[in-house]
Amino acid sequence: MAYKTLVGLEIHVELSTKTKIFCGCSNEFGNDANTQCCPVCLGLPGALPVLNKAVVEYAIKAGLAFNCQIAKETRMDRKNYFYPDLVKGYQISQDDIPLCSNGYIEIDTEEGPKKIRIKRIHIEEDTGKSIHTESGDTLLDYNRAGVPLIEIVTEPDINSKEEAQKFLDSLKATLQYIEVSDCKMEEGSLRCDINLNIVDDEKGLKSNITEIKNLNSFSAVGRAIEYEEERHKALLEEGKNTVKETRRWNDVDNKTEVMRSKGEATDYRYSVEGDIAPIKIDEAWIEELRNNMPELPRQKMERFIKEYNLPAYDAEVLTQSKDLSVFYEETVKLADDPKQVSNWVMGDVLRRINDEGVEVKDLKFTPKDLAALLKLINEGKISNNIGKKVLREMFETGKKPKDIVEEKGLIQISDEGQLREIVSKVLDENEQSVIDYKNGKTKAMGFIIGQVMKATRGKANPQLVNKIVKEMLDER
Amino acid sequence: MDITSLTAIEMREKLKNKEISCREIVKAHLDRIEKLEPEINAFITVSKEEALEAADRVDEKIRNNEELGILAGIPIGIKDNISTKGIRTTCASKILENYIPPFDATIVERIKEEDGIILGKTNMDEFAMGASTESSYFGITKNPIDTTRIPGGSSGGSAAAVKAQEVALALGTDTGGSIREPASYCGIVGIKPSYGLVSRYGVVSMANSLDQAGPFGRNVLDTTLLLQAIAGHDEKDSTSMDLEVVDYLKHVEDHVKGMKIGIIKEYMDADEKVKEKVLNAIKVFEDLGFEIEEVSMPNLQHALACYYIISTAEISTNLSRFDGIRYGYRAEDFKSLDELYKKTRAEGFGHEVKKRIILGTYSLIKDNIDDYYKKALRVRTLIKNDFDKAFQKVNILLSPTTETPAIKIGEATDPVAAGYTLAINIAGVCALSMPCGEVEGLPVGLQLVGDRFKEMDIIKAAFSLEKSLGGVK
Repeated sequence: MAYKTLVGLEIHVELSTKTKIFCGCSNEFGNDANTQCCPVCLGLPGALPVLNKAVVEYAIKAGLAFNCQIAKETRMDRKNYFYPDLVKGYQISQDDIPLCSNGYIEIDTEEGPKKIRIKRIHIEEDTGKSIHTESGDTLLDYNRAGVPLIEIVTEPDINSKEEAQKFLDSLKATLQYIEVSDCKMEEGSLRCDINLNIVDDEKGLKSNITEIKNLNSFSAVGRAIEYEEERHKALLEEGKNTVKETRRWNDVDNKTEVMRSKGEATDYRYSVEGDIAPIKIDEAWIEELRNNMPELPRQKMERFIKEYNLPAYDAEVLTQSKDLSVFYEETVKLADDPKQVSNWVMGDVLRRINDEGVEVKDLKFTPKDLAALLKLINEGKISNNIGKKVLREMFETGKKPKDIVEEKGLIQISDEGQLREIVSKVLDENEQSVIDYKNGKTKAMGFIIGQVMKATRGKANPQLVNKIVKEMLDER
Repeated sequence: MDITSLTAIEMREKLKNKEISCREIVKAHLDRIEKLEPEINAFITVSKEEALEAADRVDEKIRNNEELGILAGIPIGIKDNISTKGIRTTCASKILENYIPPFDATIVERIKEEDGIILGKTNMDEFAMGASTESSYFGITKNPIDTTRIPGGSSGGSAAAVKAQEVALALGTDTGGSIREPASYCGIVGIKPSYGLVSRYGVVSMANSLDQAGPFGRNVLDTTLLLQAIAGHDEKDSTSMDLEVVDYLKHVEDHVKGMKIGIIKEYMDADEKVKEKVLNAIKVFEDLGFEIEEVSMPNLQHALACYYIISTAEISTNLSRFDGIRYGYRAEDFKSLDELYKKTRAEGFGHEVKKRIILGTYSLIKDNIDDYYKKALRVRTLIKNDFDKAFQKVNILLSPTTETPAIKIGEATDPVAAGYTLAINIAGVCALSMPCGEVEGLPVGLQLVGDRFKEMDIIKAAFSLEKSLGGVK
């Protein structure tokens, strides 16, 4: 296939500063409508914005984490348009001098590492929220008006949905590591728009760029890229082309729909925001932020591979979330086998976290508890399978593994005499299976073992049961 | 004794000496307002109740021997584009006819902290766009000296109220001359402070890189007193400068000998009779020991074009917030959001405001922004440079404030204040207008311009000239 897909992303991230970008109102999410507002964020006549220094700091941190240049001097601009959730009739943003520019994020592809270039990161204010009711009314909540945002714009360096996924995973993980945003797409603190077209260099074909909005999950980003690739390809192959337009992702029907054509594109009439003095960034401040930068996901991943001898895949999964990586490392300190810990954390722990939709920091058990569980397994006190059951219990109740094991009587039966008695009884009760086995149906042995495990409620030492069943079958 | 004929400082002193009460001061002024307003119309809103309550609080302080602020008991008018908590602030526009701010502008807060008494909100050109106070939704204001004439604008209500002794002091705002021109027409003193000296927080923006609020008074000292109260850094306005404010009142009589005054060559083309008065003032300055020279500032010829483009561009974005969604006037019948905006703004704004919004929008659209807005910003730098160069040679620049004395109602042709004032806003420097004589019974205004944050220079010069000319008329 000669087509190449070119994707650029525009990502809006809400910064988790205590207060809003231009006033002292709380920046907390999820409170009652219009309870976090003041004359400034409501844009009342005469009210003036004052730039929150923490917003600049958070944005510079993001810029440094993504290898950007930081502007020494910049300013805020007004982006003019009318909408009810935009209180001043303009959004205070940055036009031609973004705070950060020319960075990149490195991702791993099948062809090796690849740099996705970041064109710019600028700071701006979020708008309020319009809530359209079923009866046709529009309700306005201005709590979000003035929430600080960074807008991250990439070059069209992403060539597939897999690369987009990797880029977004890395971006999110990094922003969480440097603690500038919680990046919750479901709460709108991370929003992503796509710009996509396809090119065929051999035939000299090129589709027009479409912009896709309303993507509410990383998975939707992937599906939208896939859908648009096919749509663009089909049109080019018919000798037609796409229209330069903005499309909306329909997550229910899994497709994009026309939102507005670029012909109707708004002229935002950017002008200088004279209410905010020019922003001068001190070199020493940038250095201080650079020096205090925490270990970033990629650095940690490389360290995990080296220090714990983990496969790259494990290291990547474990470092995708800062909290998970910390949980892993805390557990490793108390356990014997880093790979075993990785298997458990990546496997059962992460699966439960994802299934239940909880956060690592809200887990009811600690790394110490997990290490204790692994110890019980490694000492042969419980089997691996019982271990999984115990973990489930720990997940739900937060009880200590030892207590769970004792309470439920889950200690592994490794007493050979006791096991022989049980096996003998099972063999007596399943004469047909014994005959089948004797006739060469080896599957019958599996059934017998299953029955033994059932009789012991899974507590029998599996290796021992295997051995005894085989011996006793052969004896009969 | 006619209390209203006292200077602000005299009123305060008599109050402190318990010769009169604050309630008496306020009552005298309210009575005068009641008597004169049908003719003058300087006020949009008179806040009688609040004023009397404030007066009683000051009297209570005096009874308790509490320390008084520097504006204690002085009746003050506030231009109606300056936010007053609980008192409607209309900008003389239908679109804000019933808007009541939930907060005070910083300068209003400072007046209250200094025990000044706010008597009400004064008339103005709609959203401060004009030079005659004829474009107000609430009717025109007349010049108290001759009621067939305009008081100037846009702060015409404030200037007229001070001249008519309805208040002793008033606040105005000046974007291109809106304090100095009415001060000139009404024969009083008005100061346009340097950009960044006085907080703009709560002052409804017209052109936010040019706007400054400033004081009116009937003499230099009174006017300076109000400036003293409102000047100084405000953390709510990041364009307000963080510097120590000079104690103007303490230094107002410091010697002026050897100070240099530059006569702006390009601004000496006023009406002959006006010019005569200005030349007379220059002679007095010379006698007082000032050194006089002529200064040429060639880029001033571009000031009007530059002003029109920058101010309208800023106006077009500053006034976008008046959309009928959250507060203010909203059109009644609309079928869509677009129609709601269009009708609200078409019905809510007056002609001049709409004209400037359209002009400003035009100069900001993609196809025009380089040729208009961005070019104007570059010209602005040239004009600033002219001022910088001039202030390397002289301390003060001088010109007439206006080309003529106050003109008749209905005769104003240019809705932007005449050419001598607006370059000062473009450069961000300070200036004042003071009376320097009369032509056929109408006052002539003299403009003194100081470098940025050099208000002391022009105040000292003005004070010395005022004394030589024989004080307040």
